[in-house]
Amino acid sequence: MLKAQSITCVRGDRLLFQDLNLEVRPGEACQIQGGNGVGKTTLLRTLCGLSLPESGEIFWNDAPIHEDPGKFQSDLVYIGHSNGIKLDLTPKENLIFALTLQSVIPDVSIDDALDRVGLSGSQHLLCRVLSAGQRRRVAIARLYLSRAPLWVLDEPLGAIDAAGVQGIEKAIGTHLDQGGMAILTTHQPLRLQHAPIRAVQLDH
Amino acid sequence: MPGLSTALIALVRRDMRLVVRHPSEVIHPVMFFVIVVALFPFGVGSDPLLLRTIGPGVIWVGALLATLLSLDALFRSDFDDGTLEQMALSGHPLTVLVLGKVFVHWCATGLPLLVVTPLLGGLLGMAGEVQLTLLGALALGTPTLSLIGAVGTALTVGIRRSGLLLTLLVLPLYVPVLIFGASVVLAAEAGLPTVGHFYILGAMMMLALALAPIATSAALRISLN
Repeated sequence: MLKAQSITCVRGDRLLFQDLNLEVRPGEACQIQGGNGVGKTTLLRTLCGLSLPESGEIFWNDAPIHEDPGKFQSDLVYIGHSNGIKLDLTPKENLIFALTLQSVIPDVSIDDALDRVGLSGSQHLLCRVLSAGQRRRVAIARLYLSRAPLWVLDEPLGAIDAAGVQGIEKAIGTHLDQGGMAILTTHQPLRLQHAPIRAVQLDH
Repeated sequence: MPGLSTALIALVRRDMRLVVRHPSEVIHPVMFFVIVVALFPFGVGSDPLLLRTIGPGVIWVGALLATLLSLDALFRSDFDDGTLEQMALSGHPLTVLVLGKVFVHWCATGLPLLVVTPLLGGLLGMAGEVQLTLLGALALGTPTLSLIGAVGTALTVGIRRSGLLLTLLVLPLYVPVLIFGASVVLAAEAGLPTVGHFYILGAMMMLALALAPIATSAALRISLN
């Protein structure tokens, strides 16, 4: 269970939000809503521990995340605004590196994961020659390979086509059914089957 | 910690592979180094005695500037494409991962400088034994340059067009390496014992090896914040 207790975030001199409380339980998804620039990405980065909140505390399974960051991070997959892939590596090389870095032994093979995101034909091309949507799909493939219970996704549907969006919705649905948790931002409406989505609205 | 050495090896292999796919990162600093050193005889004249006197200093300043030019590549692309975030969230200590990145950076920039140095030493009229001393000094000094440079790069990686700021931050810290690196060669030329200089260069490298990764990972976390 991820719990944020009265966190306040400041960017430069600007107060983004204050005393925000948020709780995500196993099987739940939480969608952060709000216009451009209200601090959605900052909130997600804060929840991952990349940015420090001005005040407040974030708990993972009732322990503050800064107490044992290694444990928390091994339970976490973060797909940020940037894809986190090297353009001079192939999708497969990128995923092998991502898995080794996280010390994850996946249930499915990398080829399967690439197949699921529709990149089976491009796995030996450098990511540099892939389109923006295809690069995003390489990042999304990490979700299929991960066994971490907490997914934090910043605009996962950006640049992805309709069929790809359906695939991601299905992946999130399955993840939640298995007791996983997801926190995400998106400007597109998200359709998840029989999984509750809690919305958190950020305002100026 | 389980998996740390595997992750470190994977990172080193990935960065090596990227260097191989982008050899300009290796070639440009070396070319710069060769050209800077080769310019001096044109500027100061071809008096062999003068060239032998200024040679060590010229080569060291060239190596310093070539390292400085290559520093920006150390974290910039990882920062821009988000892989640095993934490393920070990997659950492994960033201090160790940083060491892997600096190692590859040294292999890609410091090591090629060592390879071309005999050529430049010959150009400046250095004797064989003196050149050996110079190579030894560079072998101990260039890792120090990479390690210290990593701290500055990590601090400035979040800033656009940070080249000048990086120079201002890092060059003063390079001065001790320059002083001992150049003076050991002059001592060798004068036939004086050089072992003391080498101890100091070695000590500086060990100090940088122990402290720079900690400072670098802290600076990277600030830049990511």
